[in-house]
Amino acid sequence: MMRKAKEKPPNLAIELAGISLKNPVMVASGTFGYGEEYAQLVDLNRLGAIVAKTITLKPRLGNEPPRMVETASGVLNSIGLQNIGIDAFINEKLPFFREYDVPLIVSIAGETTDEYVQLAKTLQGEKITGLELNLSCPNIKYDRKLMFAQNPQATHQVVSRVRKAISLPLMVKLSPNVTDIASIAKMCEEAGADGVSLINTFSGMAIDVESRKPILRQITGGLSGPAIKPIALRMVYEVHKAVKIPIIGIGGIMTAGDALEFIIAGAKAVAIGTGNFVDPLTPIKVIDGIREYMVKNKIKDIKSIVGSLKCPKS
Amino acid sequence: MVQVDAKILENREIGPQRYKMALSAPQIARQAKPGQFIHVRVSKSFPPLLRRPFSVHRAQGQKIEILYKVVGKGTEILSRKKGGEYLDILGPLGKGYQLPSATPKISDIILVAGGTGVASLLFLAESISVANPELSILVLIGAKNRKELLCEGDFRRLGCRVEVATENGTKGYKGLASDLLQKCLPLSGDKPKSTVFACGPSGMLKMIGKISRKHRFPCQVSLEERLACGVGACLGCVVKTKGSTYTYKRVCKDGPVFDAGELIWE
Repeated sequence: MMRKAKEKPPNLAIELAGISLKNPVMVASGTFGYGEEYAQLVDLNRLGAIVAKTITLKPRLGNEPPRMVETASGVLNSIGLQNIGIDAFINEKLPFFREYDVPLIVSIAGETTDEYVQLAKTLQGEKITGLELNLSCPNIKYDRKLMFAQNPQATHQVVSRVRKAISLPLMVKLSPNVTDIASIAKMCEEAGADGVSLINTFSGMAIDVESRKPILRQITGGLSGPAIKPIALRMVYEVHKAVKIPIIGIGGIMTAGDALEFIIAGAKAVAIGTGNFVDPLTPIKVIDGIREYMVKNKIKDIKSIVGSLKCPKS
Repeated sequence: MVQVDAKILENREIGPQRYKMALSAPQIARQAKPGQFIHVRVSKSFPPLLRRPFSVHRAQGQKIEILYKVVGKGTEILSRKKGGEYLDILGPLGKGYQLPSATPKISDIILVAGGTGVASLLFLAESISVANPELSILVLIGAKNRKELLCEGDFRRLGCRVEVATENGTKGYKGLASDLLQKCLPLSGDKPKSTVFACGPSGMLKMIGKISRKHRFPCQVSLEERLACGVGACLGCVVKTKGSTYTYKRVCKDGPVFDAGELIWE
C-alpha cells in the first residue's frame, strides 16, 4: 500500500507578548519552585515556559503552618510568599536556567508600587525572558484590605509604572476574587501590559468540625485545582471578549482536554499549577495530548483555535 | 528520584486497618535510604487529588515495601488494591536518618516507634545491623493495644532487644512509648551514650524531643506531614526550625528526618 505523503506535524508554537514559545503549555508560578525541584523528573526544555515562584525584594519567611490542605478536588494553601528574596534569586537560582533552552518568566510581588518598580528594574538587566506581576497574592494587601488586583486604580498605576520602567515582556496575574475581572484586565491592557495570566487562587477555607478550628493557620487560603476550573474558564471567556492582549489560562488544568477548553475560550497559552503536584508529567502529557487532538482534527496551527468558541446565536 | 509505574506484588492486611504493600520498583529499591519516602498516586481520578506519602519500610533487591494504616479516603483506596495492579509512585524522596558511625563511644541505638512509625525504623534497624553489626539496638514499640502492635517479631529476628508499651496495658509496659524511653534511659548509663531515632505521632515526637534535650542525647525524629508536591517546590509542608530567629524547613525535602534539637516545637 502506498503511504500518503507525510503530513506536516501540527504547529504548536506561539508568540506570546513578544516571547516565542515551542508550545502553549507553561507551568504556573508557585507550583514549580525554581525549576530545579522538578528537573530530575521533567524535561524542562519541552515546556512552553516556566513561571518561577514569586520573589520579593527581601526574603520572606512565609506563614505559620498548617499552610496546605486538600479539599474536594482542590487544594487550599496559604504559603505567604516564602522566598529567598531577589538578590539570592539572581545569585543562586538564575544560573541554573542557563543550562536550559526554555523561556523563564519571573514572578514578582511588592508591598508597594515602588517595590514592584524596583524589582522590575533589578531584573531588567538579567537573563530572563519576561516578568509576571503577581498582583493577586492573598497574602499581600495593597491598602491592608485589598490586593492590588482588586483595586482597578492600583492595578493601573502599578502596571503603567512598571511598563515605563522596563522593556521586558510584561504579564499581569489577576485575582478571581473580584466582581468584574474583565474590567481589571482592561486596566492592565490600557496600562501597557503585554498579557494577562488568569486566574490566581480563590479565597476559601476549611474547618475541622471536631476541634471547630480552621484547618489553615491563617484561617483562609487560596483554592486551586480542578475544583476551580469551570470558574476560571468562564473568566477567560469574559476577559477574551474584553481585551486584545494575549491571555494565559490557568485554573485546574489536569489534561489536554482541560487545556483545550481554555484555548478555545480565548487563552493563547495555558499554565499548569496544582496538576504538577499530582503528576509532574502533567505539562508534558498536556502538550502531547494537544498535538494528538490537532492531528485528529486536522488543525495545522494551534493559533487557529484560540478563542474559536462556537456559541449558539442568541 | 524517579517516577515509575510500579507493579503491586502484594497488599496484605497485617492488623486491624493496617496493611503491608510490596511493590516492584528496582531503581527506588536500589536508591532508598532509611527514613526516605515514596509519594503515591492512589487513584487516576479524583478526589483524592494529591499523592500520599509513605515511608519506605523495606528495600530488598527489586522490591520495596510500605506499611500503612487506613486513615482516610486515600489509604482506603490503597487498601483495596490487588497484586498485579500498578501504582504511579515517585521516590525515593526526602532526607532520611543519618546513620551513626561505628565508634566505640556509641554503645546503644534506641529506636522509638509509635503506631505505624515502625515502618521506617525497621528499615533503619536492618541497615544498621548490616553496616554496623557491633551496635546493639533497643527498640521501643508503642501502640494503643496489643492488636495494633506492629513488627515486634521483625525487630527480634534482626537481633534487636524489643520492649513494648501499650496504652491500655494489654501487652508490656502500660503507657506511652515516650514514657518507656524515659524509664529505659538510666539503663544506658549516666553518660548520654545512646542515639535515639524516633518515628510516630507528633505528640510522641515532641515528648521525645523534650527528653532528648533534658538528657542531652542525640536524637533524630521523622516527621509526618500532609504533602502536596513532595519534591520541595510548593512549600506547603514546612516546620519551624531554629535560625537567627526561626526559619521554615520543608518536611518533604529538608526532612522528613530532623535533629530533634533543630525543631521549634509549638
